Amino acid sequence: MLVHLPILQVIVPLMAAPLCLLIGRARLAWLFTLVVSALAFLISVLLLQQVMASGTIIYELGGWDAPWGIEYRIDELNALLLLIISAISTVVLMAAHTSIQQEISADRQTFFYVLYLLSLSGMLGIVATADAFNVFVFLEISSLSAYALIALGKDRRALWASYQYLIMGTIGATFILIGIGLMYQMTGTLNMEDLARRLPEVENTRTVFTAFTFVIVGICLKLALFPLHLWLPNAYAYAPSIVTAFFAATATKVAIYLLIRFTFSVFGLSFSFTAIPLQILFLTLGLAGIFVASTSAIYQQNVKHLFAYSSIAQIGYMIVGFSISSTTGLMATLLHVFNHALMKGALFLALAAVMYRIGSVQLNQFYGLGRQMPFTMAAIVIGGLSLIGVPLTVGFISKWYLILAAIEKGWWPVAVLILLGSMLAVVYVWRVVEAAYFKPPLAANETIKEAPLTFLIPIWILVIANIYFGIDTRLSIDVAQAASLGLFQGSHGVSP
Amino acid sequence: MSLSLEAMLQLSIILPLMATFGIAITGSKPNLREGVTIATSLVLLYFVLKLYQGIQGGESISVQWWELLPGLQVSFTIEPLGMLFALIASFLWLVTTIYSIGYMRSHHEKNQTRFYVCFAIAISSVMGIAFAGNLFTLFIFYEVLTLSTYPLVTHAGTEEAKKGGRIYLGILLTTSIVFFLLAIVSTWFVAGTLDFKQGGIFGANVDLTVAGVILALFIFGIGKAAIMPFHRWLPAAMVAPTPVSALLHAVAVVKAGVFTVVKVIVYIFGLDQLQNIASSDWILYLSGFTILAGSIIALRSDNLKRRLAYSTVSQLSYVIMASLVLVPLSVTGAALHILAHAFGKITLFFAAGSIYIASHKTDVSQLNGIGRRMPWTMLAFAIGSLSIIGLPPTIGFISKWYIVLGAMEAQQLFVIAVIIASTLLNAAYFLPIIYAAFFKTEDQPVEHGEAPVLMVVALTTTATLTILLFFYSENALELAQQLLQGASYAE
Repeated sequence: MLVHLPILQVIVPLMAAPLCLLIGRARLAWLFTLVVSALAFLISVLLLQQVMASGTIIYELGGWDAPWGIEYRIDELNALLLLIISAISTVVLMAAHTSIQQEISADRQTFFYVLYLLSLSGMLGIVATADAFNVFVFLEISSLSAYALIALGKDRRALWASYQYLIMGTIGATFILIGIGLMYQMTGTLNMEDLARRLPEVENTRTVFTAFTFVIVGICLKLALFPLHLWLPNAYAYAPSIVTAFFAATATKVAIYLLIRFTFSVFGLSFSFTAIPLQILFLTLGLAGIFVASTSAIYQQNVKHLFAYSSIAQIGYMIVGFSISSTTGLMATLLHVFNHALMKGALFLALAAVMYRIGSVQLNQFYGLGRQMPFTMAAIVIGGLSLIGVPLTVGFISKWYLILAAIEKGWWPVAVLILLGSMLAVVYVWRVVEAAYFKPPLAANETIKEAPLTFLIPIWILVIANIYFGIDTRLSIDVAQAASLGLFQGSHGVSP
Repeated sequence: MSLSLEAMLQLSIILPLMATFGIAITGSKPNLREGVTIATSLVLLYFVLKLYQGIQGGESISVQWWELLPGLQVSFTIEPLGMLFALIASFLWLVTTIYSIGYMRSHHEKNQTRFYVCFAIAISSVMGIAFAGNLFTLFIFYEVLTLSTYPLVTHAGTEEAKKGGRIYLGILLTTSIVFFLLAIVSTWFVAGTLDFKQGGIFGANVDLTVAGVILALFIFGIGKAAIMPFHRWLPAAMVAPTPVSALLHAVAVVKAGVFTVVKVIVYIFGLDQLQNIASSDWILYLSGFTILAGSIIALRSDNLKRRLAYSTVSQLSYVIMASLVLVPLSVTGAALHILAHAFGKITLFFAAGSIYIASHKTDVSQLNGIGRRMPWTMLAFAIGSLSIIGLPPTIGFISKWYIVLGAMEAQQLFVIAVIIASTLLNAAYFLPIIYAAFFKTEDQPVEHGEAPVLMVVALTTTATLTILLFFYSENALELAQQLLQGASYAE
């Protein structure tokens, strides 16, 4: 059984999705989905343990040898991502039933779980597989279900947001497909390991160069890297709150994974950073993203928009860490992938609770909530502090490594800019805090009560995780370090 | 009950935190709640005194908690300066608690439970700062202190409090995250350690330009030391209830700032190393400028708390300036000044709070003749003023004496000139208040008497100690001198 874990990780939620349809009743479907997701979480924990103990796991689908058959490879990086996705999915699902009862009409609630499971298995599949074409397949599974999930939003603007995302996402996926196709044409293989072996022989051709560019641009679209981020704020703001919490914590992380996988493992670091001026490009775009998106966040009236822009800024930090291209820099990126999932999971779930009670997340609806929903607002404060990077929260850990990486490289101005960027986070977080604690409640909201436990429990699991992993950093740092070292060693043509 | 000294060290940080639960649970019964606070502060003081006895007996006390990042422990070590700071803060917490019971109740403040909870967290983090075994640990508690005092500053919940809170948090967080954190990570990168070590950790081969930049990052990053231009949070924090201004913004928070500066100068750079770093001169001049500018603004402020706040800004830079003279005598003076200013300034703030509670007066120009209605308060005010000016028989004289001696030894004419000018300015902004209070007649007689008795007890205690410390300064002096002797604690 244990040897089949890599495929079970993906196949369990994938098979569960149609089963959900058979169950029919929303409440049962919810329980079923929750159990499936918890199972996926359990599998990811076992996989991580196994990888940390005995190295990369290779699983050949149907017993066919790679490169003819499809191969799943789980190394530290994959295991970390699988853990993040399945853990966040499970925690978010705890609140799902209560939340969607209010936000999605009764006849569609079962579909919601079907789509949710498809999306989950899509993301898990992207991460688990070691086959480039398989990546595209799972990317489409997760994306198509994502478009539909976003369109389920109560607000009519959800349709437009979903359409925008559909267009941008499809362009991104198509670009990736073109890239993969060109690579296949040049090498005759789709297995990543095999690609990595064969690409250097043909890397001076225009085709490979084009393939690389297509893949990178496609991924950056999915990543919502500034300035390709325009689809993200509306998609996050108008999707059902649960969907936002799930996607904000996981979807862009998967794209970061793809970026790292293709540049480090498939094309190799030396090619990736010389074929196009990736370093300066990503450094500039990352920093610009931090400042532009954080500044936009400050001016938002819709708090979901506010934190959506903040997510774009946080992606900027990850990209800056990536562009430093040192083991510390990559570690900072991976730590931030992990930590940001915890922060945004907690924050968007707290917003889901507000949405549940008030039906709106406009900033002025937050007036006086500090007193009326004390636990939800305390969660937003702690999540916000983590976003700012205060010590004893996870945000501090990733910031520490990012600064250290910049200084190691001698990039002092970058270190200063990163820190200045986090001051903008203080401003936008504090707008929410001041609204909640310094304003009297709106007349319509005077009777609002604290959110039910079905919200508070998952919210506080994530809040406590924000603090716990800011204090006991062994797990996150060990895995990030192992993954980062592994990537540098495995990347052909470079010494770390 | 026999606890090991190590256990007491940890408890002095953990106990106030545990007390927050007691305070929160007993929130609906004010007497019980204040009982918890007072009991906690008594036990804390007992622990700190025991620790003091311990290090006087030559024991070295340190505790390792856990490794937060690889190579970076959260750890605690007691060294003389931290001991002095802990003694000051824990004793004054007790006095302030007594005072705030009088203040908060007569003023019918709301959310008193939240007030006492945040106060206890703040004290816990002050203890963490005082006993921090390395810069990393110190930074963690430094940030906790900032955040836990934010609800205290904005206690009133008004628009004004919100504005004050913004400036407070904005400046303290920005300086600490942008400059202080950068300085710490750079130090970690350059020196490979963040431990406090006698003589500094940079070693002989460090690039002096880099070290100079890091020094500047430290001094500006430690915003709690309120060197200009990052001083504006201090007057902004004056919107807080007076007990907060008294303990936190005249003693704990600001002293945490200058304490950190002295620790960085002595244990991270080392006096010898700093002789070669050019930026230390510039910072010395800047602190001199802060002293004078702060005094001048204080002189021009009619609001009493604002005047005291700017006086604090100026006095804090005394400590920075004195330690940057870089001779042992002046560093001793700097350490003593932390003590002297603490007692003098808390007395003054206590007095300002009593005046407000008894008469609702906030401005200097309203204080004519008030000395006859509030003799105890104004007498204490006079003693506090003398100490800040630096006249005998108050502890303020002793610290200034050492600073001046040090400056003479180092032939720092600039420092001596600044001290003379600022002493005159101090006299100019304090003496008229005392004169008006006792010798002028009231403009519009309003019947009022002294403040509530708990407040008077508190301010009389600190005023008496301001004088007593002048006569019994050996112990404090001993600690201040041990700071540079590399006593047993150092390794």
